[in-house]
Amino acid sequence: MSEPLLSVRSVKSFYGHIMALRGVDLDVHQGEIVTLIGANGAGKSTLMMTIFGDPRAREGRIAFRGRDITHLPTHEIAQLRIAQSPEGRRIFPRMTVRENLQMGALASNEVHFQDDLERICAYFPLLKQRLDQRGGTLSGGEQQMLAIARALMSRPQLLLLDEPSLGLAPLVVKRIFDVIRALNMDGMTIFLVEQNAFHALRLAHRAYVMVNGTITMSGTGKELLARPEIKAAYLEGGRH
Amino acid sequence: MATQAADVRVADAPRGRAGAIAAAVKDASGTALLALGLSFPILALRTEQNMANQLVLDQRWSYVAIAVLLAFLARLLYLLRLAFAASPPAPRIAAPAADRPALRLLTMAGVLLLLVYPFLALALVGRAGAIKWIDNFAIQILIYVMLGWGLNIVVGLAGLLDLGYVAFYAIGAYAFALLASHYDLGFWVCLPLAGILAAFWGVLLGFPVLRLRGDYLAIVTLAFGEIIRLVAINWVDLTRGYAGISGVPRATFFGLPFEDSDQGFAAFFGLEFATIHRTIFLFYVILLMAAITNWVTLRLRRLPVGRAWEALREDETACRSLGINTTNTKLTAFALGAMFGGLAGCFYVTSRGQGFVTPESFTFMESALILAIVVLGGLGSQVGVAIAAVVLIGGTELLRELDWTKSIFGRDFEPTHYRMLLFGLAMVLVMIWKPRGVISTRIPSIFLKQRRAVRGDLVGEGHG
Repeated sequence: MSEPLLSVRSVKSFYGHIMALRGVDLDVHQGEIVTLIGANGAGKSTLMMTIFGDPRAREGRIAFRGRDITHLPTHEIAQLRIAQSPEGRRIFPRMTVRENLQMGALASNEVHFQDDLERICAYFPLLKQRLDQRGGTLSGGEQQMLAIARALMSRPQLLLLDEPSLGLAPLVVKRIFDVIRALNMDGMTIFLVEQNAFHALRLAHRAYVMVNGTITMSGTGKELLARPEIKAAYLEGGRH
Repeated sequence: MATQAADVRVADAPRGRAGAIAAAVKDASGTALLALGLSFPILALRTEQNMANQLVLDQRWSYVAIAVLLAFLARLLYLLRLAFAASPPAPRIAAPAADRPALRLLTMAGVLLLLVYPFLALALVGRAGAIKWIDNFAIQILIYVMLGWGLNIVVGLAGLLDLGYVAFYAIGAYAFALLASHYDLGFWVCLPLAGILAAFWGVLLGFPVLRLRGDYLAIVTLAFGEIIRLVAINWVDLTRGYAGISGVPRATFFGLPFEDSDQGFAAFFGLEFATIHRTIFLFYVILLMAAITNWVTLRLRRLPVGRAWEALREDETACRSLGINTTNTKLTAFALGAMFGGLAGCFYVTSRGQGFVTPESFTFMESALILAIVVLGGLGSQVGVAIAAVVLIGGTELLRELDWTKSIFGRDFEPTHYRMLLFGLAMVLVMIWKPRGVISTRIPSIFLKQRRAVRGDLVGEGHG
């Protein structure tokens, strides 16, 4: 296999004295959807944030397209064609949808703004009707779409999504996962952190399971879906 | 809080007028009781020295009665109005400031009025009166408009609560005073230097507080404001402490001094010498400086850095993950806000009659006043800030004009003593009537065909 787009090697990160990641290894290859599942507090979001340099990894190495990004500040990582839709969406509620998208485009060339807007709104037709509406007045699902669209505006090669299904109705979750699949079909590499293990595993090419800050299992999405311990821990009652 | 409780009570009261009136009277009686409790120590007892230099207690029960009655009536009328309002007011959708013809007309009329103001004042009240109206009123107000707009960048746009803004005002003022008295530099040379120095100090303050937000930031900036003032008081060798620095040269008309000589402004233009020339000139200088502040702010809002300020106010983490360097963004906001404060400070010194600067002009009260102007006007709104400055500064100046009130309240009555009372009252009223400031709509900086404002009530509390 060729060199991975993103590689995480024995990364440890801390909140004060508490070790949140205890040596994580993980690869994302060009064109893949890779998902990371795990229970609350396992360290999934921490890994996502550590890749973005906030908190900084205290040990280990993170590389994007072969370049070591372990010690870069967050805003410089964001300018490297990695984009992130953070947990809890974090859109700018008082700015309009268009302004939100414009903030996402800061890392790319402004000349492309209108083209990119059209291209991305093709994935999210609902947003297109709401361009001049304030971000905070959107529904939860629309806000999540806006968060993904905003991340896409920087023309990333790798898209990090942190729990896009959080707090959304099943039908809306399905729509968002459809968009993720469509984006991947069009060539986007996606790293997806999810609690909704059933949907995430069905969607992903490969998957990792995180428990207590370490990766305990990995394999293709289908393999993991079939494993009895996965079923017991993450899927029972979660099939919605 | 009391208002909400009262709303519920009125609503819960048995249907029908009698019930509502009874509830309102009951509530208003409570208010009257509260007024009684408050006014007893404040109004009822007054100590005074008699001829023998003894303290005697003067009792003024009539004042208490008036205060209690007023409180009772005001509360009663307010509650009755609530109870008998025909229907809840229909939700209004505010048109954006730019598209609201009335407001645009008002703005244009305002600008026009400002341009001819000195001559209007001259024509209406003559030379002697006009100096007062231009100097005490217009120039004072414009200084605060400029300070408000400067602080608006930091607080209104970037969302960094700064309680020590007066520090930069002081730095600008002292920079000019010291440079002028030590190196014999004129106003026009010192003006940019004062701005640069203040901006430098803005960055210097910005660095240690980069990680702070909200309350913590407010405390540190408050301390910074006090530090600058205390340094000005105690570094006697440099600043001459409380005595202040005097004899700072006045502004010249691009090299022509305003004096009664052959080289003076009047002689050069073949006019008869008059002190009002200088006042009018200063008016236009501060008008121009304020206009530049406004123009720069409006421009920047449309540039990436301005957008980054607003995004920073909303969500710092999201900003970083979108590739915004939040450090630089905060520092530019601090530096730019400080620069305008410094420029205003420099002008302040030259506009004072004797070119005189003391630490007393830069107390926390000034910071609070400027912040009040920004908050009352509506955070982030340029027009709102201007209106608030006119009302607050112009209002307090107007109190000096109210000599006729002495014929009602007696010769000892001094309307200016009630400045703070009225000031507080105005704040409370605005916050009840428009909790997000006078102009609370936010106009998007990017739009397709038409500006559509974000309605005030959709904008988060305390932010525009």
